[in-house]
Parts: sequence; C-alpha cells; structure tokens
Amino acid sequence: MEELRMVRLLDADGGAVEDDRYPMPPPEVLVDAYRALVRGKRLNEQASALVRQGRLAVYPSSRGQEACQVTAAAVLRPGDWLFPTYRDTVAVVERGVDPVEVLTLLRGDWHCGYDPSRHRVAPQATPLATQLLHAVGAAHAATLRGEDTVVLALCGDGATSEGDFHEALNFAAVFAAPVVFLVQNNKYAISVPLARQSVAPSLAHKGIGYGMPGVLVDGNDTAALTAVLGEAVTRAAGGGGPTLVEADTYRIDAHTNADDASRYRTDDEVAAWARRDPLVRLRAYLRGLAVLDDEREAEFTAAAEADAARLRAALADDRPPEPAELFAHVRATPTPQLAAQAASLRAELAAERRQPEEER
Amino acid sequence: MTVKLTMAQAINAALRDALAEDESVVVFGEDVGPLGGVFRVTDGLTATFGDRRCFDTPLAESGIVGMAIGMAMNGMRPVVEMQFDAFAYPAFEQITSHLAKMANRTRGRVRLPVVVRVPYAGGIGGVEHHCDSSEAYYAHTPGLTVLAPATNQDAYGLLRAAIAGPDPVIFLEPKKHYFAPEEVEPETPVPPIGRAEVRRRGADATLIAYGPTVPVALAAAELAATEGRDLGVVDLRSLVPFDEDTVVAEVRRTGRAVVVAEAPGFVSVASEIAARISERCFHHLEAPVRRVTGFDIPYPPPKLEHHHLPSAERVLDAVDDLQWDES
Repeated sequence: MEELRMVRLLDADGGAVEDDRYPMPPPEVLVDAYRALVRGKRLNEQASALVRQGRLAVYPSSRGQEACQVTAAAVLRPGDWLFPTYRDTVAVVERGVDPVEVLTLLRGDWHCGYDPSRHRVAPQATPLATQLLHAVGAAHAATLRGEDTVVLALCGDGATSEGDFHEALNFAAVFAAPVVFLVQNNKYAISVPLARQSVAPSLAHKGIGYGMPGVLVDGNDTAALTAVLGEAVTRAAGGGGPTLVEADTYRIDAHTNADDASRYRTDDEVAAWARRDPLVRLRAYLRGLAVLDDEREAEFTAAAEADAARLRAALADDRPPEPAELFAHVRATPTPQLAAQAASLRAELAAERRQPEEER
Repeated sequence: MTVKLTMAQAINAALRDALAEDESVVVFGEDVGPLGGVFRVTDGLTATFGDRRCFDTPLAESGIVGMAIGMAMNGMRPVVEMQFDAFAYPAFEQITSHLAKMANRTRGRVRLPVVVRVPYAGGIGGVEHHCDSSEAYYAHTPGLTVLAPATNQDAYGLLRAAIAGPDPVIFLEPKKHYFAPEEVEPETPVPPIGRAEVRRRGADATLIAYGPTVPVALAAAELAATEGRDLGVVDLRSLVPFDEDTVVAEVRRTGRAVVVAEAPGFVSVASEIAARISERCFHHLEAPVRRVTGFDIPYPPPKLEHHHLPSAERVLDAVDDLQWDES
C-alpha cells in the first residue's frame, strides 16, 4: 500500500519546510496560535496540579497535543460546531467556553458544565467514537436547512477501532456531510500501543477506504495543522464533503493521574517526543520572522497565568453539587415515580439539616 | 371523521401529518425510502415529501440512532425505524448512554426529541431475531419514554404526541397488529403520554396488559363473562411513564390482578408492575398478583411460538388460581 506523505510546514527547530500542497499560514494567524498554545499548555499544567491537590477528580491531559487542540478550535467559524472528547478540554476552552465551566464534570459534578447550544460545542464525550455520529447528524441537519455549517469532530487513535468510528465515516461520506474528523494519534489508548489498534499504513488511510480524503499531518506542527484543517473546513463548507485528518502527535503525560505510564513506555521515548514540543517549534519560527518579541511573549504568559489563577480560585470553592438537582433534568416532565423519589430525597436532606451536628 | 386503517396505515398517517406540519421532522432508517419499509409503514413518504425528509441510510443501527441524536442537537425532530426489535441492539449504546442521558448531562439545555420506532414482539411466524419483546431494556434506562400502543387509534395519537414532545421516545409497534384494520379518527385530540386506558371495567379481577397482549386480555375477559366472571382490562399504552394510579385504582376495586405480557417474565416490566401493585394494594388484595408472560427462553420458532405467547386460556388459568374459594 502506498504511504501517505506527511504534511509538515515547520521542522522540529522551527525552520520553514516547503510543501507543494499547502501554503504557509500568515504570521498573524500563527502568532495568535502561539498565544493559544501558551494558554493551553498552562491550562494542562494547572489542571494536573489541581488533581494532585484534590480539587479535580481526574484530568486527562493533552500536554504535547496542544497544537491539535488550539488549531481544532481556531479553524472553526462562529456558526460551526465542535464535538470533543474528554481529552479535549483545551480545544473547548479555546472555542470560548469558560475553563471553570469546562472542568465542572471533572470536579465531580454530574453534568457537562456548559451550554452546548450557545457555544456550539457538544458535551465532552467519555464513550469512545460515539460523538462522531452525533457530529455527522449535526452536520447533516445543517445541510438539510441549507446552512454552510461545518462540524469538527475529535477522537484518538484508540477510538478508530470502535464500530461507531467506521459507521460515522461511512455515513458522513454517503451523505457528503460537512464534517472534519481529526484523529489525534497520540500513540497510546491508555496503555495499548497503536500497533495493537491498526496495521494500516496510516489511520488517514481509513478515510480513503470510505471514499473521503485522508490527510496525514505532523500533529506537533501548528502551521501544518492550520493549513490542513483550514482547507478541510473550507472544502466542507463549500459542499465538498468530509475529510479525515490524522495528526501524528504524542501524549506526554500519562492517560490520567491514575495511570502509571512507566509500565508501558520508556522515558527515552517520552524525552524524544518532548523535544518535538509544538510550542518550541512555533516560537522559534515566529522569533525568526521577528513577529514575536519578549513583550508579546510576556503578555501571553501573563494572560495564561491570570487564567490559571482564576481557575485555582474558582475551584477552591468546593461546595458539593445540589443532590435534589439529580432529578431535575432526567426528563422534561418527571414521571410520578421520579417525583416521589425526588420528594423522598428532599425529606431526607431536610431531616439531616434539622438534626444537630453532633448527632450526625 | 373515522377511517378504517391498519396499524401500519395509522402510523403512516401520523408520520405524514407530522412531516406536513413541522419542517424539522425527518424520517430515516433502513428501507424506509422508496420501498416504504419492510412493513410498508413509511409507504409513499419519500414520494410525497422528497428524499431530504424521508430517506434510506447505510445499514447500521448505531449509525442511525447516533445520527438522529446529532440532528436533534442541531434543531431537528428525527423519527427513525429499527426494522425489527432484535436489530436495534447495535444501537444500544447510542440509546442508553446518549439518547437517554443527553438532557441530564447538559442540565436540561439539550433535549433530544427523537422517536425510535421499533416493530416489536411476536406472533407473526418470524424466524430468529425477528420477534423479541425488548421493552425491559428501554424501560430500565432512566430518561427514555417507552410507549406500546395496542389500538390503531393510539398508534396514530401516541406517535403524534411522541414526535411533538421534548423527550426521546422508544415507540414499540406490535408487529402482529400491522395489518389488522380498525376505525381511526385522526382528528381526535392527541392523547397525553403516560395515561393508561381502562378498556373494560370489571368487578371481579383486573387484567393489566400493553401492546400485543391487550387483545388477548380482552378475549380472556369475553370468555370469562360467559362463565360468570367479570374481568376488567387496563391497557397501559405507556410503560414509561407508568400510570400507577390508574392501575392501583382498578386493582383496589377488584382485589385481584393478573399482568399479561409477551416478554420473558424474569426481571420484566410485568414483574415491576406486579411488585408495585403488591406494595400499594396489599390490604385490598384477595390473592397474590399473578403474571402471565412469555417463558424465559430465546423467542421460539414459528411452529412453537403459540406455546410461548400468553393466550386467553393461559390468562383464564391464572385467573382461576386467584383464591376464589377462600374469599
């Protein structure tokens, strides 16, 4: 089988690479992408720290994948939709959702924390690949109404083994739905390496099998991602149908704080990928162009720190969720049985409040 | 004005009227387009409304329900068909983890007005995987409304209510009713979801049934009347929400109850109803609540299905066991 030539516009040292298929994005776009990378990296670090402090129940970090995260949000227009997974907090935040809202679920609440319709961001999906079908449906609804909405759906390499991944690609292709599938191939599904998910020459090949373009891109190269995803969005908006983009990247942190990555990969492997950090490469390129100076960098860092500080302050408030609300949204009108259960929990809570503290 | 319609035609009329009234209603699934569905329930809809409103999909049930969820998130009211009860199982994760939970996961901000139509239950001489009574899976899942009409009038009215409502609905269509004509009045106000209907008032015992077992219960009541026993029949119509008050009121009046359902009885909707009657009617009961259900076996082959399906005779045997001598 023919190998796909990976799209790369910046090498690991930040040098520009010619690619006959994609032009280099303009500097101002990449400066803003760098701002987002700084913010995203800080958010990953801050959220991981909040897990260690017991403020978050869990945080699946996208450290190392920030280029995919920020570009997935940046290429979308206001009316477009994003369908993220649990590891895509940075993308959701970059789409404009308040980080405090985004982390609601991971704090230990029962709901996604934000209004999906207002932000046009679906709830972060925990089951794998299921959201890809929702993305196809949202896109097809727009097509039926004659809107040029594009939907960008995220998943990882592990999710490409799920049946819903294949059904979603096939449905999208058959209905020519305006969907861009971005597979962040970060090399591990918790502990299981890519070789156990697929022996195809690339995951991008799977798109070709379903009759849509499959593009393999350097997932740590923000310039290449901007060009590739931007073109896929434009194509979808113009009625050209779906695209599958595979981003070649790496999860620097463990799956979550509950995972011990040393059991399935070596420090040397992680160190090699750490040298391909998306921030280092873009910074070097922009510094070389003289469009990024100390002052801009300090500004970006200060903004990221302000975000982190606000997040720390908001999560210091550890009031538990309201138990009575567990019943409120299950259905538009509660069943008589549900209403009775809600009333019984309310009575139990009221009795607890009446009981003197020392008797509890 | 009443018209004589089979259940398939009544459902077709409901889909047709919903498509005509609301631009956001779309119908899709396997073979529902030009063919009109394997039971002809969607007959002529593509011809009338075009293939953007009623269309065939690739053959993948998870894909069908998953796509319906996404369409509903973006403003549509999809009505999808699962062709046969047991063919819906590939969509189980989409139904239980997403369709049922989206409203809760989004604090009520994203409700999914999706109707999943499931031709269900047996009595049609179908081969394996074509005759399951799968209602317990759905009824057990918080967030879903589960409807099981027994009359063609209800099939029309409840489907209109399901499509217009805010919550996801599993709409169970008893296959053996598809081709039986009955009088239907489409202008009748759409019935509220969650209300049982007393089909027959009785003084001696109450039969509780839904979907395909309602005619069985009514036949049993007719036979019992010739033997001097006055049996009432409650048609649940809606399994979730379950109209406990109507059932309880009837059973308290008669003091005896038999629940009749096709599904295997173990851990079933019939079991839940029997348990709730026991809890709320204990001091009114003259005998333990009985269940007449399918056996706890995979759905049997066509030549043996009559042993498995509750019959009027099995219902009357259960009624005979309700401790009449001791009262």
